[in-house]
Amino acid sequence: MTHDLHRKAESEVDAVFARILRWQQEGRRVALATVIDTWGSSPRPVGSHLAVADSGDFVGSVSGGCVEGAVVEAALRVIMDGKPRELEFGVSDEQAWSVGLACGGRIAVYVERVE
Amino acid sequence: MKTAILLELARGRTARQPVVVVTRLRDGAQSLHRAGGQQGDLELAGPVLAEIRERCLHDRSGRLQTDPGLFMRCYTPAHRLIIVGAVHIAQALAPAAVMAGFDVTIVDPRTAFATAERFPDITLTHEWPDIALETLAPDAQTAVVALSHDPKLDDPALIAALASPAFYVGALGSRRTHAARLERFATREITGTERLRAPVGLDLGGRSAGEIAIAIIAEIIQTRYRPG
Repeated sequence: MTHDLHRKAESEVDAVFARILRWQQEGRRVALATVIDTWGSSPRPVGSHLAVADSGDFVGSVSGGCVEGAVVEAALRVIMDGKPRELEFGVSDEQAWSVGLACGGRIAVYVERVE
Repeated sequence: MKTAILLELARGRTARQPVVVVTRLRDGAQSLHRAGGQQGDLELAGPVLAEIRERCLHDRSGRLQTDPGLFMRCYTPAHRLIIVGAVHIAQALAPAAVMAGFDVTIVDPRTAFATAERFPDITLTHEWPDIALETLAPDAQTAVVALSHDPKLDDPALIAALASPAFYVGALGSRRTHAARLERFATREITGTERLRAPVGLDLGGRSAGEIAIAIIAEIIQTRYRPG
């Protein structure tokens, strides 16, 4: 327990970077998602990261769990074609409803390939 | 993101240096900025660079006002908490601060108090507080809390902390203890005592070590985000 807390103090950011570098060493391809804008009450602040490996494994969080599934899907496409994408999720967005952005806020997420 | 930028970013984090990564959203071109210059395939200058520098000071990531097609992400080092006195409350405060994202260091020359068994995974130093504080050099991202109840330990630590840019300086002890401390400081012409938080912590009414620890870390977080 204490050990987990200690690792947490190294910060979520460092944990995401460390995992990306490890994935790359293992020869896996990786995309990085970043919250670039928020409106209203959103669960995670601007700058929050989620990293996705080509296997679909992911680390970090851009929305506290609400839209991660959709971001992982987009990340896999970015890994394939290398084109960065800007995604937006909010209550007015049908997909966001279906994946459930609970708080009524809106977020914009940028997804890029790490290469 | 280029792996070279990611590696440089990881190096900056290890060295506790602030690093900024700027991304042109249209095509993913990027540059990394740190003390000593920029690297990457996105050359920036003029008002854009000035805005980046200004916002980095306040840790404000986001789209640039000078060019909304650019997004900047500030990576600032974790805030630090220096706890003086490896006492019972410190055993609760250290893990609470770690959970809130602080790098914690405990200062206590009494080796029987500051042990790895009592403080697993926490950085400990057995230097005297004035020496330790000189080495640790509190900056504007550092909080210092004196918990030992022993003026021999607390006073030198608090005097060093008040003379530093530390964003929070607090001391455990009753109002009477604090009044006595202020008298000692006055005779030594110590300045800046008005920013000393004592009794330390938000007034939550708690009494147990865990409750007091939470009141202390809560006040530190409040001071960090809502100073003054």
